[in-house]
Amino acid sequence: MAVGMQWIGDHLPEILRYAASHAALAGLPLLVGLAIALPVGWLARRQPRLAGLIVGGSGLLYTIPSLALFILIPLLLGTRILDPLNVYVAMTIYTLALLVRTVVDALGSVPEATRAAATAMGYRGLGRLVAVDLPLAVPVLASGLRVAAVSNVSIVSVSALIGYPQLGSYLTDGYQRDYPLEIGVGIVGCLLLALLFDLAIRGGERALTPWLRVGR
Amino acid sequence: MAVGVPGYRHGMIRFERVTKSYAARPARGAGSAAGDRNAPTVAVDELTLDVPAGQVTVLVGPSGCGKTTTLRMVNRMIEPTSGTITLGGRDTATLDPAELRRGIGYVIQHAGLFPHRTVADNVATVPRLLGWDRRRSRARALELLERVGLDAALADRYPSQLSGGQQQRVGVARALAADPPVLLMDEPFSAVDPVVREQLQDELLGLQADLGKTILFVTHDIDEAIRLGDQVAVLRVGGRLAQVDSPARLLADPADDFVADFVGRDRGYRALGFRDALPIQPTPEPTVPLGADVGQARATATDRWLLVVDEAGRPVGWVEPERLTGAVSRDDLHRGGTVARRDGSLRALLDAALSAPSGRGVLVDEQGAFVGTVTAAQVTAALAAPAVRPGGIPDGGGHAVDR
Repeated sequence: MAVGMQWIGDHLPEILRYAASHAALAGLPLLVGLAIALPVGWLARRQPRLAGLIVGGSGLLYTIPSLALFILIPLLLGTRILDPLNVYVAMTIYTLALLVRTVVDALGSVPEATRAAATAMGYRGLGRLVAVDLPLAVPVLASGLRVAAVSNVSIVSVSALIGYPQLGSYLTDGYQRDYPLEIGVGIVGCLLLALLFDLAIRGGERALTPWLRVGR
Repeated sequence: MAVGVPGYRHGMIRFERVTKSYAARPARGAGSAAGDRNAPTVAVDELTLDVPAGQVTVLVGPSGCGKTTTLRMVNRMIEPTSGTITLGGRDTATLDPAELRRGIGYVIQHAGLFPHRTVADNVATVPRLLGWDRRRSRARALELLERVGLDAALADRYPSQLSGGQQQRVGVARALAADPPVLLMDEPFSAVDPVVREQLQDELLGLQADLGKTILFVTHDIDEAIRLGDQVAVLRVGGRLAQVDSPARLLADPADDFVADFVGRDRGYRALGFRDALPIQPTPEPTVPLGADVGQARATATDRWLLVVDEAGRPVGWVEPERLTGAVSRDDLHRGGTVARRDGSLRALLDAALSAPSGRGVLVDEQGAFVGTVTAAQVTAALAAPAVRPGGIPDGGGHAVDR
């Protein structure tokens, strides 16, 4: 036990560094993915004929094995194998795969009567999206984001196999050295990080939807 | 207070041979009953109708008669297949849809309020879209809330915190916010209970008396149509106009079996609602105030029933003095009787008489103070007497709706 605490104490700066790296690798793609998924999902809703293709096609991306994608991307982008950009791009693709459907569902969750009222008041397409549709879509968007965040935290750890340092490195390293404590640190770290993301998204959702928490 | 759309301050709406049809769905299984399925579905068929400025025109008909489609073609939520719609003389097809809509108030069922915006922000929607600053928009919103009878304290609540009736009032306030000359109302009161509905109808008539908007109102409820309309257009399934007339004429002279059937039974009785009061002298009636003791009540009564008034002289109900066990309290009141204004319609007078347990209908003045009673016999005698206006039915124009 004491040895274990000793190991954690010695490695604390590194653990925090890995955690920060893990958070960036999982979190930034979440934001970029959302920024791309919003217009794509909006387009899918406006073009019902394309909707099946867009939603189905983007969903399919999620089935690509992550290890394969980590190795494939340098070949496609011409980046070095250890370039963090590879991980960012791969994680953005996974985020997109989950969020396009979420955006379509979220925009679909806005009541038809509310949309019709907004149009009848004289909102134009984009103005209505920003002023009425998006605010009302926040709850569904947030629940999709939470799934994507947890999924990202988990997939990022796989990038340890190609040698990019983050909390997943404790899993590979601990396994190779047969050191369960290190594996435990990796697992608990990932769990805590996923929890943190979840709390942050919930907090954001609460701040953006004050009307949902009023008593009658 | 003019709206950003020039040219139709006086918002007469004119439909000229307007048709809306939807392309037929491709028939499943080629060759099966092709003839019928390939015909387009006609929602509105060659509609020609004038909606006079400053009046309430009600579109009424069974479901599938195209009334909502007709309404939505005015603000181009739906585009006509053929024909033209003009607003104050301007062809709406030539106007920018969003600009056009900002100049037309729109009220829908369940109010269609924005759940994420406060009541005041909901009402300020169109002013904000027209570029008014925040302060002016809010001031206007508060003014309108007061106008539709809502407490200013509700301004910063969210729609989910209001009752159905309150939400509907906010919907009306929102439609009026930029003072548009035209209001479109799509079954606005059908989702609230009958008591609130009647209240909202009265308030709308009150507002309209002040504002004189051009209102196009859609309902499936013929009673609502008759109550609210200066003019009622009855549509039949397939979007064909069956009859356009004043409510009184619609009741007195339905154009065909469909209209007669749709207008329903009791047409003669309901038509009394449009017959202004004949000179009937109210009969004096002894009354006691609330709180009078048993002795006073029994001494005052002339028969089994005795009318009770409040401190302002307004009738509150009937009591049976013989059954009293103490001072007259609200618990003793029989509340079955309706109350009619002395200058109310014959229908209101007759209803008051028929509903009173004593058989004596209670009449009040403009302030609601008791003035006397009337019996059903007096009303029917007045009906049988030579009518004030030949024919008995006022032709079109202003009418007294029984309140």
